[in-house]
Amino acid sequence: MTEPSLAVIGAGPAGLAAALAAAARGIRVTLIDSAAEAGGQFYRQPAPGLGARRPQALHHQWRTWERLRDGLRAHVQAGTVRHMTDHHVWFVERRDTAGFAVHALVGPEQEQPAEVRAAAVLLATGGYEKVLPFPGWTLPGVVTAGGAQAMLKGGLVLPGRTAVVAGTGPLLLPVATGLAAAGATVAALVDSADPKSFVRRSRTLAGRPGKVAEGAQYAGQLLRHRVRTLLHHTVVAAHGAERLEAVTIAALDRDGRVRQDTRRRLGCDTLAVSHGMLPHTDLADALGCRVDGTDVYVDDEQRTDVPGVWAAGETTGIGGSALSLAEGHIAGRSVAARLAGRAPDPGEWAAAARTRAGLRAFFAAVDSVYVPPAHWAEQVTDGTVVCRCEEVSAGAVREAVRELGAGDLRTVKLLTRAGMGWCQGRVCGPGVAGVAGCAETAGRRPFARPVPLGVLARAGETEEQ
Amino acid sequence: MNPLELVGAEPGPPFTVTLDGREMEALPGQTVAAALWTAGITSWRTTRGEGRPRGIFCGIGVCFDCLVTVNDRPNQRACLMPLRPGDAIRTQEGTGHDD
Ligand SMILES: Cc1cc2nc3c(=O)[nH]c(=O)nc-3n(C[C@H](O)[C@H](O)[C@H](O)COP(=O)(O)OP(=O)(O)OC[C@H]3O[C@@H](n4cnc5c(N)ncnc54)[C@H](O)[C@@H]3O)c2cc1C
Ligand code: FES
Repeated sequence: MTEPSLAVIGAGPAGLAAALAAAARGIRVTLIDSAAEAGGQFYRQPAPGLGARRPQALHHQWRTWERLRDGLRAHVQAGTVRHMTDHHVWFVERRDTAGFAVHALVGPEQEQPAEVRAAAVLLATGGYEKVLPFPGWTLPGVVTAGGAQAMLKGGLVLPGRTAVVAGTGPLLLPVATGLAAAGATVAALVDSADPKSFVRRSRTLAGRPGKVAEGAQYAGQLLRHRVRTLLHHTVVAAHGAERLEAVTIAALDRDGRVRQDTRRRLGCDTLAVSHGMLPHTDLADALGCRVDGTDVYVDDEQRTDVPGVWAAGETTGIGGSALSLAEGHIAGRSVAARLAGRAPDPGEWAAAARTRAGLRAFFAAVDSVYVPPAHWAEQVTDGTVVCRCEEVSAGAVREAVRELGAGDLRTVKLLTRAGMGWCQGRVCGPGVAGVAGCAETAGRRPFARPVPLGVLARAGETEEQ
Repeated sequence: MNPLELVGAEPGPPFTVTLDGREMEALPGQTVAAALWTAGITSWRTTRGEGRPRGIFCGIGVCFDCLVTVNDRPNQRACLMPLRPGDAIRTQEGTGHDD
């Protein structure tokens, strides 16, 4: 018998913390990630060829990253962790006797298959950004806030010179300060949240002095870069012919409706926009794990309801890197104990559990504050494309609801093709639901990545051996 | 200040790639998208239906807005694809399959 093995999918804060915790306790870990470097979204690194001597200038909590990076290096050298970069996992297959087979595609072309066997699997695939549609949101120059950040941290590039950062959520702060530090003029940070809501939730804030300090730090940086912050405002439309030239913003009234008399135009060539984040749940879905709303369900040990499958980080609910680290750490320890045939002692991870509880409460409060304006869908004109891949307009979605009687997302999809394109509804799901006025349901996708048919056929062959 | 200055970058020597046959420079490690942004280009394909321009949207491989043809292979995600010397990037119309 070989030592018990764990496949960790995702090398962000959650996957790294879990891999280190499990490997330190005698588990053989394979860490699989689609990126060329470890770090995930928060600790995304510039490509080595760019020779960055001070990458920390674009980062927060660099010391934590150094610990994770050095820990990973030591384990890789000792042969206790195998790090597979550039591997895109498209399916995790449960095998009754032999644990799991993780199927991946190799390299940016994603045509060559690879397979990893493991006794247990940890899903740490993080999340991606949610952007709700508005007129002009398909213009080049309009990017997701995290996408702007990812291109900046990974490629050391900016999309333009003058940016507006807009939408809602805590991610807008690091993005606005990051773009400004890298030399962009940030014309405004526009958040639809109502500042009064923060005051109402001051008890939760008071419990997280670290978070208050973090907020104050960002506020200082915004001031230093002369970034104007407009709260309770929203972007109404983006303008331009072939690329973004300006945005119209407006204040919101108390009900979350645009106040028409406050509309004004801001010139910019970049709009970094975000309305929150959504967890990646495809792999969990395909494994049959319970998904509550948009989040993979886990117990106190970070186990999903499928034996042998753990989940940690933003795939179990959006809550930032510190929460992802705590969850990953707990998951790694739990895996180590369970694979050794023991029930773990939660006392071993009491500190991480306290961090987890505190941050989950904090982000629950954050979530209730940072909600998109209640009437955002009213700003979406009939001509606005809502499904970017299939170019389905809001008018077509409304027609499917009004004239053809579609009452749920699936029927809207069948009637309009919204959600049937390359991205499989990941981007348009919330927007289409909002415009159609129906409930946002978790999209069930058989595969986490598009798979060439040849690879699919060969993956079936190995099963029969 | 620019992003390279901010992090004290000392990139390896730039190399040449082509965009629709015209030569342009790229830095080692940069993706197709990063090199195009450096060159001031933010759109490099048109949509199948309405022929609208598109470039980067999500920046992390989720949205498929950034599709481009690299070395005659259409529909590659520019935000994920690292460039190598001599690569031929072609802007893409529709499916990129000359149909
Ligand atoms: C684009 C973007 C930028 C962000 N920038 C910031 C920021 O600057 N500051 C901040 O506070 N928060 C940022 N966030 C929030 C961030 O998600 C969390 O703070 C934190 O990184 C979550 O950690 P995680 O380990 O759960 O997931 P992640 O860090 O997202 O790591 C998940 C990893 O899994 C990999 N992965 C996903 N699916 C697969 C698959 N099928 N096969 C193989 N690998 C896969 C990904 O490549 C990634 O490396 C950003 C989020 C996004 C989407
Ligand atoms: S920008 Fe979204 S996939 Fe490349």
